[in-house]
Amino acid sequence: MNLTLKVWRQKNDKASGKFEEYQVEATEHMSFLEMLDVLNEDILENKGEPVAFDHDCREGICGTCSLTINGRPHGPNRGTTTCQLHMRHFNDGDTITIEPWRAEAFPVVKDLVVDRSSFDRIIQAGGFISVNTGQAVDGNSIPIEKEIAAESFDAATCIGCGACVAACPNGAAMLFTSAKVSHLGLLPQGKVEQDKRVVKMVETMDDEGFGNCTNIGACHVECPKEIKLENIARMNRQYFAAKIKA
Amino acid sequence: MKWLTTLFTSSLGRKLIMSLTGLFLCSFLVIHLLGNFQLLKGDEGVAFNDYAYFMTHFLPIKIVSFGLYAMILVHAILGIMLTIQNKKAKGKTYAKSGTTNVSWASKNMGLLGTLILAFIFIHMGDFWFKMKMDQLPMVMSESLGFEVKDLYFRVAQAFENPVIVIAYIIGQLVLAFHLWHGFGSGFVTLGLNNKKYSPIINAIGRIFAVVVPIGYALIPIIHYLR
Ligand code: SF4
Ligand code: FES
Repeated sequence: MNLTLKVWRQKNDKASGKFEEYQVEATEHMSFLEMLDVLNEDILENKGEPVAFDHDCREGICGTCSLTINGRPHGPNRGTTTCQLHMRHFNDGDTITIEPWRAEAFPVVKDLVVDRSSFDRIIQAGGFISVNTGQAVDGNSIPIEKEIAAESFDAATCIGCGACVAACPNGAAMLFTSAKVSHLGLLPQGKVEQDKRVVKMVETMDDEGFGNCTNIGACHVECPKEIKLENIARMNRQYFAAKIKA
Repeated sequence: MKWLTTLFTSSLGRKLIMSLTGLFLCSFLVIHLLGNFQLLKGDEGVAFNDYAYFMTHFLPIKIVSFGLYAMILVHAILGIMLTIQNKKAKGKTYAKSGTTNVSWASKNMGLLGTLILAFIFIHMGDFWFKMKMDQLPMVMSESLGFEVKDLYFRVAQAFENPVIVIAYIIGQLVLAFHLWHGFGSGFVTLGLNNKKYSPIINAIGRIFAVVVPIGYALIPIIHYLR
């Protein structure tokens, strides 16, 4: 299949950047990233500068790939990362626009690569358990209700890709932060530090320059792990409670 | 004390203020609408003028109304500030806008809110200001036994003008969109989003967003048709 790509090219974080057009020949069995690999080989053959884009596991679990494809973070399919998106979902002759994640808290490093260390700093503020949990205990010695365990696990599937921020018209990081807060706070070991965690993580999220959530829900629509909006409400609740508690 | 200031300056804290003021304003919409239905009684404004007198001379209501003005201002000013800040936090937008299936209203609350604020100013200038500035004729109230301001006269006069009637209908349309997202969103901000209650709250929100603006729009329409 023959495709026309409109790719965002930007030298570094200071440069202004612009779209470049490329022709590429792909097969429908390729993943989106493999199609870009082909493009980069073509560019290298012509002694050009290859397009920089982020990727690592290429199996949908690391959260490194991060492309806005035709205006949609991770492309048109629901619950799919860019690396798991295959070219069969496109048609021969299509023009595809590829842009980096857009948010002030995710500055462009080069071309399609953005700096997501703001997420790391949110995690550093409280996305961990520091109480001593002792030796590994017997499997079922701490009873946890099945629903709670599932809820926590669902939240834990967040891969920290940042598509939620990229999709949000406000550039808010509520879905990511609330997923992290929920995944730890729902379980007994995480509950101990939950008040501190929520307050610290929300404060860091604000300091990093993310926008304010207005409950639009675009984050959930574009999240490759379909993290639920309920997590956001839970974080609101826990934040207010933690603040008011003496 | 720091916890209190950070509570209200954090992103979640400001959301909370938007939610609480917004939900209070929803309750005001109901009260105001019920009062205004007296305009439809067809009694040449006798009941409505008495009601207007009561609303402007009864101390507890006067106090609540000042609270209401404050809430409108807080909701509007904070809303505008948040909209500006969010635009900044987003920075560059996409060249190609994707089709994420979220409601149009939810993405345009700032715009809708600004239009509503403009509507409130025009609306208050039309009626409230004219009443406060003693620009209304007086009329004898049978039940009260003294003369009261004839606000009904001004309302009837305004709604003879088709331009004003259309402006009011558009104002209600804007309000409907704002409520379509705002009502449910207010509850989510309070932390209420679960399988048990959210469907009920959202259904009430959607009905509220349709019924209340229609109720308001009926007043100028019926007056005009009379
Ligand atoms: S919530 Fe979803 S979109 Fe956001 S970082 Fe986690 S996996 Fe990515
Ligand atoms: S490259 Fe790891 S999730 Fe896509």
